[in-house]
Amino acid sequence: MELLRLTGIHFAYPQRPPIFQGLDFSLEQGERIGILGPNGAGKSTLFLLVMGLLKPQKGEVWALGAARKREKEFQEVRTSLGFCFQDPDDQLFSPTVLEDVAFGPLNQGRDKYQVRLLVADTLQKLGLGGFEDRVTYHLSGGEKRLVSLATVLAMDPQVLLLDEPTAGLDPDTEARLEQVLANSGKSWAIISHDHGFLRRNCTRLLRLQAGRLLPAS
Amino acid sequence: MHLETFAHGHSPLHRLDPRAKLAAALAFSLLLALARAWPLLWAGLGVGLLTVGVARLPLVELAKRLLAVNLFIAMLWLLLPWQVVDSPGWLGLGLAYHPHGLDMALAITLKSNALVLVLMALVATSPINQVFHALAHWRAPVKLLHLFFFFYRYLHVLHREYHRLDWGLKARGFSPGSNWRTYRTYAHVSGMLLVRSYDRAERVYQAMLCRGFSGTYWVLDHFAWQRRDTWFLAVWSLLLLGLFALGRTLA
Repeated sequence: MELLRLTGIHFAYPQRPPIFQGLDFSLEQGERIGILGPNGAGKSTLFLLVMGLLKPQKGEVWALGAARKREKEFQEVRTSLGFCFQDPDDQLFSPTVLEDVAFGPLNQGRDKYQVRLLVADTLQKLGLGGFEDRVTYHLSGGEKRLVSLATVLAMDPQVLLLDEPTAGLDPDTEARLEQVLANSGKSWAIISHDHGFLRRNCTRLLRLQAGRLLPAS
Repeated sequence: MHLETFAHGHSPLHRLDPRAKLAAALAFSLLLALARAWPLLWAGLGVGLLTVGVARLPLVELAKRLLAVNLFIAMLWLLLPWQVVDSPGWLGLGLAYHPHGLDMALAITLKSNALVLVLMALVATSPINQVFHALAHWRAPVKLLHLFFFFYRYLHVLHREYHRLDWGLKARGFSPGSNWRTYRTYAHVSGMLLVRSYDRAERVYQAMLCRGFSGTYWVLDHFAWQRRDTWFLAVWSLLLLGLFALGRTLA
């Protein structure tokens, strides 16, 4: 079953040369895609287009069973597409870890009591047990990254879209992240420059270069 | 940067429910703002000192904050006793000395200090996010709350971005002086800060959308009203009633 499909995407930022001229991308249930590519190739832009945060000038975005064009159509699927920003400071905005991780699940309309248990459970899995009352802007870089992953995992999305999830993690923390991902049983697309990490955790590698996605090894 | 200097402590006031303290501070501000009689103003200052004493706030930090407030008020002492007149007046400046202005200045000084003391003892003794939540529980206007909340949250981010830029300058051997190059550099830094914070606000909003934000900010309940909160409000109400009665008899 197909979860995501982008066809014939054209996109350019204002007053800049086009990034994509007819890009195609798709992600099947159970697939784990690793995306490599030079800086500025448009890897993050690709995710922003999938989420409907940027709109393509031409082409179609199809996600979780329907074509998505208008803001409302994207709103329906956003919490099912777990997108984690490259910079944790963009992701974390609540004063405490508890509130930040609870933000998504509460928006999904879950019960407050359940959400508390869910947050504790998610933090525990990432090795952040007892972090609930920590202040987000006083966390270390690596802790911030793990908490921002927790904010996404807590929504129990169908797909994970992770933008450089391992940047700034020490080897032990990275190993724990790999384990959490493997146990989640989810499909994902991960952007990274860490070739080894992608080979270990993905079923298919793609390289984004000059506006095209090509198979990589 | 740490702005919540008073929030962590072990005094009886620190342990109270922020809703009780906010209500108490609000009632006190109203009473004092409307007060006219001198004994009432002095009594208000007394209440301020008393609450600060109960909260056992660190004195040096307290003095620093009071100094900041009173430096501002000092301007009023300089400006208020003068009135613009038609005649040449004092030193031919067209100003006349008016001692009534000094009374005004004294009244403002007493009121401001009393209010600042009470706010520090009651509101600043709760972490800021708890104050925010207390207001949310009271159904304060959501837009104002968001504004307040993001302002506070991003103060830290801005502060750190500023430090990064500053470190970047220093790492390349920049030392500020009073010359055009320094002014130009700082102009660039402030411009960059503005642009970066705009970008960041944009990305934070996007991140919130990705997590299903649609205008409602859900609050997790974590306040528990205790008997001590009721007692505190009862004692505080009696105190305010006493002040009110005092004001009435004097009027």
